[in-house]
Amino acid sequence: MRNAFAGELTKLASNNLKIVLLSGDMGNHLFDKYKVLFPERFYNCGVAESNMTGIAAGMALAGLKPVTYSIAPFITIRCLEQIKIDICYHNLPVVIIGTGAGLSYAGLGTTHQSCDDIAMLRVIPNISIVCPGDAMEVRGALRAALNHNGPVYLRLGKKDEPLIHKIVPVIEIGKSLIIKRGRNICLLSTGNLLPLAANAAENLTRLGISTQLVSFHTIKPLDETLLSDVFSSFQLVVTLEEHSRIGGLGGSVAEWLSEMPPQHSRFYRFALPDVFYKGAGDQNHVRDYFGITKSEIVQQVIKNYRNCLGSGDDLQNAVQ
Amino acid sequence: MHKDKIKIIARNIRKQTVSLSHSARIAHLGSSLSCVDILACVYFNALNINRKNVLHPERDRFILSKGHAALALYVTLAQKGLFSPMLLNDCGQPGSLLAEHPIPGSIPGLEAATGSLGHGLSIGLGMTLAGRIQLYDFKVLVLLSDGECNEGSVWEAAMFAAAQHTENLVAIIDYNKWQATGRSDEIMALSPLKQKWSAFGWNAREVDGHNIEEIAEALRAALNSKDAPYAIIANTIKGRGVSFMEDDNNWHYRIPTAEEVMLAHQELDAQ
Ligand SMILES: Cc1ncc(C[n+]2csc(CCOP(=O)(O)OP(=O)(O)O)c2C)c(N)n1
Repeated sequence: MRNAFAGELTKLASNNLKIVLLSGDMGNHLFDKYKVLFPERFYNCGVAESNMTGIAAGMALAGLKPVTYSIAPFITIRCLEQIKIDICYHNLPVVIIGTGAGLSYAGLGTTHQSCDDIAMLRVIPNISIVCPGDAMEVRGALRAALNHNGPVYLRLGKKDEPLIHKIVPVIEIGKSLIIKRGRNICLLSTGNLLPLAANAAENLTRLGISTQLVSFHTIKPLDETLLSDVFSSFQLVVTLEEHSRIGGLGGSVAEWLSEMPPQHSRFYRFALPDVFYKGAGDQNHVRDYFGITKSEIVQQVIKNYRNCLGSGDDLQNAVQ
Repeated sequence: MHKDKIKIIARNIRKQTVSLSHSARIAHLGSSLSCVDILACVYFNALNINRKNVLHPERDRFILSKGHAALALYVTLAQKGLFSPMLLNDCGQPGSLLAEHPIPGSIPGLEAATGSLGHGLSIGLGMTLAGRIQLYDFKVLVLLSDGECNEGSVWEAAMFAAAQHTENLVAIIDYNKWQATGRSDEIMALSPLKQKWSAFGWNAREVDGHNIEEIAEALRAALNSKDAPYAIIANTIKGRGVSFMEDDNNWHYRIPTAEEVMLAHQELDAQ
């Protein structure tokens, strides 16, 4: 996703002279090409994210389209007040890029994990939060973010994630992408869990449960049209995210549900528990530890689906 | 503008600020009075900001980073004719856009919303760099308070500005030696403040922050600074202009009574 971001930004910056890239001493060779092409529109702001965010606001106030870049925790909660006041209160078109979101950089330790960023940013008025599911969505999302006249947080994974899309999809902020249609259950996946969700969907379908897969890339504003639609037509709707179960996609959908009349569907949140992970281990290891795996998704979905159907027999029938 | 005229303007700003603090029940009067002479010099001498160019992309910009002195800024902008002085009557009333701390886009000439200390210098620096990118030559002045220099983000901005040689950026520090709850040199080791800014790579000069000639001269030098940003350390007195408020930090929070307003006006008129 990182490389797709850098490549796409370099492309877009040649047509849009207002784009400025600000990096917080990150992305060592990632921006080499950009820097050669647009040296006057690149600033390495050092390890000083608060200042960088304020600078971005000042640039936007003076007519530019700044993009700030660092590792997700440092570009979000480290400088949360600058995001809130300098960018969002002024409602400025700044694109904030957090890389290594969720558990992507789990190996670097809890300091570098970012499983709370969505929750922390979501309460701030004016901001849009977009979590692309693969590198193609990153490109589409970046185009949308740079065309958007307000603050956008783009939450990226790391690099070399499996591709779901063959071409760059047109991304509209606040409008989810249906990846695969189904009838019984609907998986709403946000961000870098999309490949895992796709595997799980395939598996479930093979087990006879017709599974719809949606890349629910925008967490704010929430795609209420799609939610109304899926909650009235599927037996079970499941959200999947590499983020705390508090305040992320599942939390947003739960809030939305609480204000709706009773819905046809049951709802299940697949997310991280409310604990710090302490210990070594890469993303896959920590995903395993927290049960963010294909088999766990499949098992939980079947269990919840069984509850919806009321009796095991129906499920047996459905599964056969 | 001639210095005598600026002095009269400063006196009027002080009188109106004191009155408004009372009528709108807005605190931080000492903080406002501390920086009136600086504001008067910035708007009536140094910067090219007026009603006609206030939205022009190449205008000069001023940011009140010590946003709690908004009252003095509102009065100054009204005196400058950037918005109708009638609006000041509503200041602080429920629903008014003139709140205790500035609201973005509320009045012409208000460049940035502040109030959380430690944000303004970064925003001003961003504006300066945006000017550079767009080949505009506008100047950006940022007024900070001494207590505000407790914030790490100020020094992040200071180091970055020096690295970028942003000669169009000027920081003015209202060094009144008080912050909210005590002496600013005791709460954090702020002094020697001028040397700190110099050590951070800025051109720095100290002035009497109530001497119009000295401020005007320092601003002139700062706006012609070459190769480096410029810091003006303005030695000031909190509550300046009203004897019973001067250097008394109770006026950080206190709101004057009607009688105190009258006494203050009498004193100011006599100066
Ligand atoms: C980040 C932040 N913390 C705390 C405050 C509350 N506060 C308002 S003014 C002030 C200090 C005032 O002292 P100084 O900054 O020196 O300004 P002065 O009033 O003396 O001009 C404080 C702590 C604030 N506005 N912003």
